[in-house]
Parts: sequence; structure tokens; C-alpha cells
Amino acid sequence: MLPDKRGHFGLFGGKFVPETLMSALKELEEAYRFCKKDPQFKKELNYYRREYAGRPTPLYFAEELTKDLKGPKVYLKREDLCHTGAHKINNTLGQALLAKRMRKERIIAETGAGQHGVATATVATMFGMQCDIYMGTEDIKRQSLNVFRMKLLGARVIPVHSGSCTLKDAINEAIRDWVTNVRNTHYIIGSVVGPHPYPAMVRDFQSVIGIETKRQILKKEGRLPDILVACVGGGSNSLGMFYPFFKYRDIKMIGVEAAGLGLHTHKHAATLAKGSVGILHGSLSYLLQDEDGQVLEAHSFAPGLDYPGVGPEHSYYKKIRRAEYVTVTDEEALSAFQLLSQTEGIIPALESAHAIAYVQKIAPNLGKDTILIINLSGRGDKDVDAVAERLGVQL
Amino acid sequence: MNRIDVVFRQLTKKGIPALIPFVTAGDPDMETTYGLVLEIGRRGADIIELGMPFSDPLADGPTIQAASQRALKQGVNLEGIFSLVEKLRCKTQIPLVLMGYYNPIYHFGLERFGVQAAKLGVDGVIIPDLPPEEATLWKRIADPLGLYTIFLVAPTSPPDRIEKIVKLSHGFIYYVSVTGVTGTRKQLPSDLIACLKLVKKYTNKPVAVGFGVSTPDQVRFLAPHVDGIVVGSALIKVIERHIGDDKLIPAVGDFIFSLKQAIID
Repeated sequence: MLPDKRGHFGLFGGKFVPETLMSALKELEEAYRFCKKDPQFKKELNYYRREYAGRPTPLYFAEELTKDLKGPKVYLKREDLCHTGAHKINNTLGQALLAKRMRKERIIAETGAGQHGVATATVATMFGMQCDIYMGTEDIKRQSLNVFRMKLLGARVIPVHSGSCTLKDAINEAIRDWVTNVRNTHYIIGSVVGPHPYPAMVRDFQSVIGIETKRQILKKEGRLPDILVACVGGGSNSLGMFYPFFKYRDIKMIGVEAAGLGLHTHKHAATLAKGSVGILHGSLSYLLQDEDGQVLEAHSFAPGLDYPGVGPEHSYYKKIRRAEYVTVTDEEALSAFQLLSQTEGIIPALESAHAIAYVQKIAPNLGKDTILIINLSGRGDKDVDAVAERLGVQL
Repeated sequence: MNRIDVVFRQLTKKGIPALIPFVTAGDPDMETTYGLVLEIGRRGADIIELGMPFSDPLADGPTIQAASQRALKQGVNLEGIFSLVEKLRCKTQIPLVLMGYYNPIYHFGLERFGVQAAKLGVDGVIIPDLPPEEATLWKRIADPLGLYTIFLVAPTSPPDRIEKIVKLSHGFIYYVSVTGVTGTRKQLPSDLIACLKLVKKYTNKPVAVGFGVSTPDQVRFLAPHVDGIVVGSALIKVIERHIGDDKLIPAVGDFIFSLKQAIID
């Protein structure tokens, strides 16, 4: 079972953090290990997943999309139907409950587009915890609606002016806050990134996606799927889908990264495809960096994929070739966004549209008997302004 | 014998702690850093920490972040820093400690970095995001080269960790005075001296204090209790005030001199 005791997935992962945080990570690790086995914790988490977040989410046979693609039988795992509109709540619910157990009265988080910030503010307010969200000033400008949402939910949004003023800098700032206030504060990181135990813990909380999917597809099809497809930014929705299927070696797992304006440009977020191994935000993994080891800015018009790092477990899956990682450009994702809206009446998040776009590409080469599941990680309401602008539509 | 050991041996005889200023290499440019290091060496520094800038310095507060950004804008990289060290070694034998985050070093190549550093006369390395648990690979390269790896102890480090860290740390132990990032503080934590005593219980190696130390008064207060005092952000603030004028180097020199006086008092 990976990670090992020190949080390594093969070469990747680990705990590359300032000494001040080492004991907090140990405390978190111990609390998590305890809660994982505690029936009371599981019961409570399941209660909130069901009654508050709206789980289980449907595994929906996308008949119209299937007809349109003229290839495999396509199912959609409807994480877009979760409370707050994406899979993010699976993680924030789990971590907030954990923080409550650890008697931390304050929650902090980083956010890029605002989705994880909203999901964190949501659970913090429900559990009556103080909540501060770090967000780059560039992102605050681009995502004013989500900024307002977080404020409405009672969180304080702290603008981050350092570095490139985007997600990676918001994570730096959240870590700095955590270093300073570690005794009463829990940091809810938003993806399968960061120092151990975060990558494993976030993966476990997101694994509810794959666990439900397995049960649902067996009921509907009487067998396991052939292919799983999900988008990869930091990698939490994809790992949540993939991990429970890891041991079924015949099942192909495909992670779709954002190629932005194209891999030949510098404007992409294809960390696994074009990055190299390094250390960012506490773990060793692939990352986008220059020849001096300085971290580069990522680009994707899907804000949730706009991150120059990736979870260490994905780097491990790439290394052992358990999963395949591919890329899709902004343009291709935009067209998939429209396709799903028009065939199924489901407006996907731009992030999830990357997964759909890749399926569009491979569908003609797949037989009708192939069962393919796309993790529809979020809904696209948040993206309609950006898409309208892209399409030249005045609202 | 490593220059760091020589300095601590001499200072122990005199009964005073080492003054360890931190400057980011290439802030505001390499030429200035060269002049600065020589100047502060003359004005009372005993060991000098040279910061290697990184795009994502997560243990640093706003002052050192800004210094890193200024240096990166100048295109500072490890090659450039090694040339600086080479130039400095023609002029001074003051112990030089390189301090920086793990990624640029990892990317440069651990072996290549260690060999170059040792060859050019670097005495020690501090990597704040490389705790002992992850340092095995690096230590295997640095130790045989006689290149010291200095580890950090924090106020949140429990006794069993302190014991482990002081064993692994070479040259001295870097005690982080505050639960937080680098940067000047009006007041040092009230339990600082007690914490230092705890660390000293586990080791005979010199213990230096850093993070938050900025004024001659603080230095005077700390001096009887420690073997070394690191001053970073406060010094960089002096640099910031003089960017673009010709008083920069003497101003920093005067600041270091005032701290040294506080120690000797």
C-alpha cells in the first residue's frame, strides 16, 4: 500500500517543509490514521455526504453523447451535482470533520478559481469555524463572483500580492499562515498535493467517487468499465476516480491535462506531459520549471487546471505506467463544453470539458462494447461568462 | 578544518556569539552583493549567509520574498552565485553558508551542486525545506565533501526531534526563534531563552538563533544565551532603503557594526 510510512510514492511525495510544520504534519497524520479507523468518524462523514453534499451522485448513461460520438458507451459520474457544484466538497467535508476532532477552531485554505475556497467556506460555516481563504489578486479580478460567494458564506478572503499573484502563490501564503498559526489552525489543501499526509488523505476523501462508480457500474452493466477518463490539474477528482480501480490492471485510466494555447507555446498547464521532476509545496513530483529550477506560471482557461504542479501519486502512476496522461487545448475543451451542453443538456465545468474533449478524440477508434466512464467533476455555471466572451457573445 | 568550526572556536574563547548576517545574492545586483559581503565582513560579521533566490520561498516573510524577486529579475542563478563565491574567496576567508530552497539545488543536480560548492570554498548549506527525513540523499553527497549541512530546530519541534536534528546538524544548529516565517518582530517570544536551554541540553554544538532578530537591543538581550545570531530581514530593509543610491554598502556596514557593538557590550 502506498504511500509508505514517510509519505513516498516510489520516488515521489514526501515532506519538504520548514521544520516548524513537521510536528503539525505528524499530528495531522496521527489524527487522520485514527479517524480512518473510527466507525463514529465514518458514520458522521457518511451522514454529511448523504444529507448535506447530496451523495451518492448518479452514474448517468449519456445516451445522446454516446450516439453523437459513435464509439464507446459513455457514462458520466455526476460530481457536478454535488453541493457547491463540484467534487471539492468531498475533501473539505472530510478535512473539516477532522479539524473538528483535532479541536482546531480556525480553517485556512487557498483557492485559484474559487471553487475550493467556496467548498471550504461552506463547510467551515456549517461547522461554525473561523475561515480565511487565500487568493491571488489576479484570480480575485477574474473570479469576482466566487469572491462574493465566499464572503456571503462568512469567510474572509485574503488577497495575495506575492510572486505571480495566482494559485501557487496563494498556496505559499496559506502555508506561511499555517507555519505561523499552526497551533490553532488547520490548513485544508484543495488537491492531492502538498506534503504527506495531504496527498493520501485528500485521495482517500475523494475516493468516494470511484467507490460509488464501481458499485453503480456493476449494477448497471454487470461488469467493470474498460476506460476511465478524468481531467488533471492538481489531480484530486481523477485520483478519486482512479484509485479504487488501481488493482484492476485491465482498466485503462486516462488523465487529461490542459494544453492551454498548445504544448508548443509556454501557455499550458501540462505538468506531467511537459514538466520535470522537482519539489514544490512540500512534495517531490513533476512540475513546470525553468532551466534554473524556478517555478513557471501555468496557463489554462479552465481555472481549476491552472497549476504548475501535480499530485505525487499521479507522477508515480505515470512512472509505472499505470495511468496514461494526455492533453487537450483550450479550443478543444471549448468545443466539448458546447457538445455536452447541446447533446445532454448538461453544462460541464471547463475543467471537466477537457476529459470530454479527449473522449471525443478517441471515440472513433473504440468499439460499441467498450464501457467508458468520464468523471464529470463540476458544473459549468461558473464558466459561462468566460465562454460567452470566448465565443464573442455580449451578455 | 571547516572555517565555521574555526570561527566558533575563536569566539567561544572570547565568550561572544557569532554575528551571522544574511544577504540574498544578487539583491539588488551581484556587484553590490560582492561589495556588501566584503564590507560586512570588515564591520563585524563572523559568518555570512548567502541567500539563493527561489520563486516560491515559503518559509520567508515579505522582506526576503521581495529580495528574492529583485534577485530573480536580475537573472540570478546558481552558476552566478558560484562565480560570486569564487570571486569572494580571492578576497576573504570568512565562512560562507549558502541558504536556499531545495528545488533549484535538486534541479542543478545534488552532486554537481555539492562538488562545486565545496571546491569553491563554501563552508555550509542551509535548506529550510529539507528536513532530516528527506536529507539522506543530500547528506550522502555533502558529508564526504566536508560541506556542512545546518539543520533548523523550531519552537514546535518536540524533544525527541530536537535530539535527532542536533545530531545530524554540522557546524551549528539554527534555532528558529518564532513560530512563523522570516521577518522582523518587535518582540521576541517570552519563552525563547527557555527553549534555547532545552536545545542546549541535547548538544554541545553551537546554537544560533534566527528569524525575527532585528535590533541592537534584541541582539544585546540574546548575546549571553546563544552562540550565534542571524540577522536577515532587518539588514535587507536597510538595503531596500538605499537601492539606487551610493550609501547602500556603508549603510549596511554601519548597521552590522551597531549589532556587533551590542554583542561586545
